[in-house]
Amino acid sequence: MRFAYYPGCSMGEGTAKEYDQSVKAVCQMLGVELEEIPDWSCCGASSGHSTNYKLGHALAARNLALAEKMDMDIAVGCPACFQRLKGTRHEVKQNASLKEELPKLIGMPYEAKHDVRHILDIIYSDIDIEQIRNRVKKPLSGLKLACYYGCFIVRPPKVVQFDDLENPQSMDILMDALGAEVLDWSAKVDCCGGSLSLSKRDIVTRLVTGIADAARGVGAEAIVTACPLCMANLDTRQKPDSGKALPTFYFSELMGLAFGVSDGEAKGWFQKHLVSPVALLDSHSLL
Amino acid sequence: MQLTCEQFQETGDPTFSSRVKEVSEAGLERCYQCLTCTLSCPVALDMDYPPHQIMRMVQLGLKEQVLSSSSIWLCTTCETCVARCPQEVDILRVMDTLREMALQEKVKGKETVIPIFHDTFLESIRTFGRQHELSMLLLLKLRSRDMFSDLDLGIKMLLKGKLGILPPKRKGIKEMKAIFEKTKEGSP
Repeated sequence: MRFAYYPGCSMGEGTAKEYDQSVKAVCQMLGVELEEIPDWSCCGASSGHSTNYKLGHALAARNLALAEKMDMDIAVGCPACFQRLKGTRHEVKQNASLKEELPKLIGMPYEAKHDVRHILDIIYSDIDIEQIRNRVKKPLSGLKLACYYGCFIVRPPKVVQFDDLENPQSMDILMDALGAEVLDWSAKVDCCGGSLSLSKRDIVTRLVTGIADAARGVGAEAIVTACPLCMANLDTRQKPDSGKALPTFYFSELMGLAFGVSDGEAKGWFQKHLVSPVALLDSHSLL
Repeated sequence: MQLTCEQFQETGDPTFSSRVKEVSEAGLERCYQCLTCTLSCPVALDMDYPPHQIMRMVQLGLKEQVLSSSSIWLCTTCETCVARCPQEVDILRVMDTLREMALQEKVKGKETVIPIFHDTFLESIRTFGRQHELSMLLLLKLRSRDMFSDLDLGIKMLLKGKLGILPPKRKGIKEMKAIFEKTKEGSP
């Protein structure tokens, strides 16, 4: 199984390096080959499509066209990048004039031949869950988790075509296969505030504190995410009344830990978190 | 929001309504004010007009109020409204179209920091090809005249190696500049 890998700015260069590292470690163990798209550029994120329709699609299309040269489906870890790339591919298929115009804007042909997939989808859909169960060397027994999907893995459903819109299950099933205690809760697909983090801190604080309170309310000890932006907001902006913020994990970090990566490698990921999960993992003898 | 007939006659602009419908192709005419969008919106309470009112105001052609509203900028683009709308109105496309129009027409709206954020974010991509978070953050702070909030957080993130110091250098920068140049006229 080989994919053209699009890391995106957070995972490739910025705040989510531990997500990139843990995704690569887990994919390697599962036989998923990720070949980085050479000279990829930013997908434009929400600022692109929010302010200029053509620019938004052109910024995404440049990367789609580079991946098309590699003749492989594209794997993306960041849900925002995933939804931008997949959204542009969807739009090209619907909109003939955009399809004609984009190659002129990006200076490359683009035929929308290959699919765009989120890494969570690839691991959940393409790999037998028994294979994942069999790989577990260190079961996450007793660790109480709330799986948080956020916005762009499941929305808009017509474009992303993955999992249930209101009550997704893929991450829950994966975490259950690792031996964790997975909890039902109500904030799975709520918005963390996204890019308002830098411009409207109060709003993002209210939203992520609400999400963490909902997780704590069902007895969760930690939140699991598949999104660098959700992680950044949960990790930096939670302000619970108790003063004790809930730690957040990338799903790939917990997969790597359960699959038995070295403690040193796992600690390298976890030391990058602002809300440290180390004491929690220690209390379950997982580190 | 309540408008008298006189105010509506003074401010209503039917060409605005038809232009938004034409550009966004979002099915805006189907909106029947059920409020599902507003009840789903994480930031409806922070907006001056919640999403269902923005939809109605566009239908009525209230251009000035819509384009200067804080709502169009506070929308987080989370698409919960789009996913739940029983009339399948692409509310996000309407919001995107309104934001783009507000920028093109240089509307001085109630919300100033979020447009600065978007501009600074895109400036960083135009310059480096990829987002360079540290320089983007510093420029944003300078432009929004807010140097000291989050200083402690920024230092913690630097120490954890979460913010790269040196900006990325990419071969594709010329292509990126060309994309910005060719799309600068915008869409609507």
